[in-house]
Amino acid sequence: MPIQIILEKCTGCKLCLKACPFNAIRIEDKKGLPAGRQAVIDLNTCNLCGACVPACKLKAILLEKPDKACIVPDIKDYKGIWVFIEQKKGKVQSVSYELLGKAQELAKQLSCQVSAVFLGNGLDDQLEELVWHGADNIYLIQAPELANFQDEPYTNVLVKLIQKYKPEILLCGATSIGRSLISRVAVNINTGLTADCTGLDIDPEKKILLQTRPAFGGNIMATIISPNHRPQMATVRHKVMQPIAPDKRRKGKIIREQFDSSLYASRTKLLDIVEEVEALINLSEADIIVSGGRGMGGPENFKLLYELAQVLGGAVGSSRAAVDAGWMPYSHQVGQTGRTVAAKIYIACGISGQIQHLVGMQSSKIIVAINKDPDAPIFKVATYGIIGDLFEIIPALTKKFKESLKR
Amino acid sequence: MNIIVCIKQVPDTTEVRINPETNTLVREGVKSIINPFDMYAIEEAIRIKEKLGGKTTVITMGPPQAEAALREAFAMGIDEGILISDRAFAGSDTWATSYTLVGAIKKIGEFDLILCGKQAADGDTAQVGPGISAHLDIPQVTYVKKIEEIKDGLARVERMTEEGFEIIETPLPALFTVVKEINEPRLPSLKGMMRAKQAKIALWTQKELNLDAQKIGLCGSPTQVVKIFTPPPKKGGKIITGETQEVVSELFDLLKSEVN
Amino acid sequence: MDYLLTDGQKMIQELSRKIAQEKVAPVAAKYDITEEFPWDVLKVIADSDLFAIFVPVEYGGIGGGVLDLCIATEELSRACGGIAVCYAASALGTFPIILFGNEEQKKKYLPDLASGKKIAAFGLTEPEAGSDASAIKTTARKEGDHYVLNGTKHFITNGAEAQIYTIVAMTDKTKGARGASAFIVEKGTKGFTFGKKEEKLGIRASITSELVFTDCKIPKENLLSKEGMGFIITMKTFDMSRPGVAAQALGIAQGALDHTVKYAKERHQFGKAISSFQGIQWMLADMATEVEAARSLVYSVARMVDSGKTGVSKESAMAKLFASDVAMKVTTDAVQIFGGYGYMKDYPVEKFMRDAKITQIYEGTNQIQRNIIALQLIKEMAK
Repeated sequence: MPIQIILEKCTGCKLCLKACPFNAIRIEDKKGLPAGRQAVIDLNTCNLCGACVPACKLKAILLEKPDKACIVPDIKDYKGIWVFIEQKKGKVQSVSYELLGKAQELAKQLSCQVSAVFLGNGLDDQLEELVWHGADNIYLIQAPELANFQDEPYTNVLVKLIQKYKPEILLCGATSIGRSLISRVAVNINTGLTADCTGLDIDPEKKILLQTRPAFGGNIMATIISPNHRPQMATVRHKVMQPIAPDKRRKGKIIREQFDSSLYASRTKLLDIVEEVEALINLSEADIIVSGGRGMGGPENFKLLYELAQVLGGAVGSSRAAVDAGWMPYSHQVGQTGRTVAAKIYIACGISGQIQHLVGMQSSKIIVAINKDPDAPIFKVATYGIIGDLFEIIPALTKKFKESLKR
Repeated sequence: MNIIVCIKQVPDTTEVRINPETNTLVREGVKSIINPFDMYAIEEAIRIKEKLGGKTTVITMGPPQAEAALREAFAMGIDEGILISDRAFAGSDTWATSYTLVGAIKKIGEFDLILCGKQAADGDTAQVGPGISAHLDIPQVTYVKKIEEIKDGLARVERMTEEGFEIIETPLPALFTVVKEINEPRLPSLKGMMRAKQAKIALWTQKELNLDAQKIGLCGSPTQVVKIFTPPPKKGGKIITGETQEVVSELFDLLKSEVN
Repeated sequence: MDYLLTDGQKMIQELSRKIAQEKVAPVAAKYDITEEFPWDVLKVIADSDLFAIFVPVEYGGIGGGVLDLCIATEELSRACGGIAVCYAASALGTFPIILFGNEEQKKKYLPDLASGKKIAAFGLTEPEAGSDASAIKTTARKEGDHYVLNGTKHFITNGAEAQIYTIVAMTDKTKGARGASAFIVEKGTKGFTFGKKEEKLGIRASITSELVFTDCKIPKENLLSKEGMGFIITMKTFDMSRPGVAAQALGIAQGALDHTVKYAKERHQFGKAISSFQGIQWMLADMATEVEAARSLVYSVARMVDSGKTGVSKESAMAKLFASDVAMKVTTDAVQIFGGYGYMKDYPVEKFMRDAKITQIYEGTNQIQRNIIALQLIKEMAK
């Protein structure tokens, strides 16, 4: 039994019932027990997540923990925090600076150094910037074969480096590159990986990485640890962490590594990189997003949003409902199955605010909601809410900004 | 072409709600469905088979009730379904899950292509697909939005990125994770549903797979969940009321400092 | 209400409901405006084997009964009465072949109709032969190995879009109703053209056209059954298809009710959801009760037909009469509960009201249904 209730201790107090996110525990009457009732775990529903264990004040729940054999023996040898630096066409992506900022914060708690792992070709002009943003060391691996990201060579190199230098923590952006690469690395070096973290912290006693992430479409948050394996690896969403202000006095060490060319071999061949004009309005990068949902009534009305976005220098987003209705292309979709954004201003027009949409935009700094329905859930997350007709408000707002900004 | 599709049964997250009193997930009455992203993988497998011939096998790991997901895949038109289920596999994280699925894939034997959805809608990790290709040491292409051509043991595909897409050629066997753009999954057919009802679904447990006990279930999972909680509900902010002009003026004043 | 459906019927219900929600509902308003034929939706319906329901297994079908067809029609109608009728009209055009076709005819036509590769239409009505079907003027003259058709059919559902038509024409005018015969005519046959396409109040996703026969030569093998059987074939076909029209009405009523209950919960007036007002509650209760009563009658009659009972004309007529009157009433009340919004095209219920009206008119007006019922009643009393 991987999880069990100790009958002698259980009083049927229901504390575990409330802690269980999966409704897998029920209380049953049972004769012969001191309390006359006990908690019962439905093993088909139970996910062994362990949330009930600390909830039980009587220590009546036992969750089988991995035995010693699973623990990596040289765990103490792993030191330092690494950030995988993502580059495209030789240019460092902003998520990497954000991660360096977070890594610096974590490093203070662990009293260790932050290292950037930088793979590519012709990257020397970017090194200073990395140091200024918080890299104490840069592991630099340059080769023509590494110019563009490819799963296999990048995996091979990263695995070799980890085996050689043994970092304690490895952070990486939760991007199309990061999520692809790091999952493969984690399996190869037999360690744990937590995807898409929105929070990272250090447990003050055990000195391990606490990785917090949303699950079930953002309905619940889970904190995850990798206590017995190293490095502890996590991917982090774009715009969740803050970069530190660049400090040009900072100094860093560059460690250049070369490997045998066989390590750079790739079975997959990158034939072409195509940039699509539509996707270039990179929603994830936009500071201001004007977004429309079902309340827009039809594709022709998105014109209003484009006008406002143009005046504000922002991009146009969309809820899934508007994409499903064929009013907007999928590349504009914000939400769980679309893009995650963290804008300075997010203006939601005629979007009701289903949880799947909210998880994609609620880390925006200012959220403005314009909706006819006062009960729309979007108002629960809105910084400023306007109950009214967007077809009047948006053109008026566009006019107002146009006049003031002289655009 | 022998194609293996890995699917997961998930609660329909569009229906999952939080009970505000107990602060727990309300899963009663929430339907279990095939992970929406896996539907694209199933559809793509069937389309490839319709074009090039071969066999489609769908595997899923989960509790006994996950059999329903396999039957749904049968109704769409896949040829074989295997349920990987054992209490010993419970509590698996993505590492142990991909290891276990690979155990099943090796038992199936020869294959040309493995298809997975880009991620599961409940966990959203996107790790199991690449995990499988790493365990098997085969090439992978993630976020595939189009399979352009499969010919002479090579596949040319389009991989979606933040800026557009990459065109990648890979030898087979390989693993692809697919995104929504790749196709529109078909609805089941009545004849398919009837066939699905009769279909024999193989059940593989730890006994059949005989995997390293240290690498499965809780023990084989490097990550552990220490806490699960409901995010504190965001408090609603200020409601601006009045005539259109007043509302717009007030909103303008509030936003202008943020707009360059 | 639990109608104790078989597993197969539940499957049909589940699948057609899914198609209705995912594929029909999103395009219902579009086709209502454009009046185009919804080929894309029919392709989905075909790929899902719904056209196979009413075709025997040996010809590529599933061999379902009238109740199975009713369930599918009802579910599709919940989303759009117009798209549903494109489907049901193909069944109507197919029934004569299933009921009276010989082995060659069945082998030739049914597999494609079952797969939905082709759809069918039924041609009876003429400008001067509506309720009085015996007044048809279209003639079929035998010439050697052929029949030569002349005349015009109008108000033909699926006309000009369907590939297979069953046409009733007079082979012997001197015999009156006993002089009619039924033929299979393929689209593309020389002398077979299409006239006016009607603009309609409702079910605008379906196409209603004129069929024009000008010395249209068809092989004699296309005669269904024997000469003179035309009206018997028609009556037997209607016995099968009337529960289907009733099911269409039932679905339209249910669809309108679904929208109305949802709206009544969302719409606030005087600070409360209008569903909390007793006046609205009572209307909703009556609507729901009438819909359920209609369903009970439709399903019972469909089961009766499926059991092989003959002489079901009275019951078939009752189901069609009652369900279509319920549909008209329920959809009118739905518009009333929606208030001013209900009258506007932005909201779905006015379309349901327009769609409902035809169910009181076609396949025998409700006045004709009452004639059938009364006649049968009086006959029974005379025994």
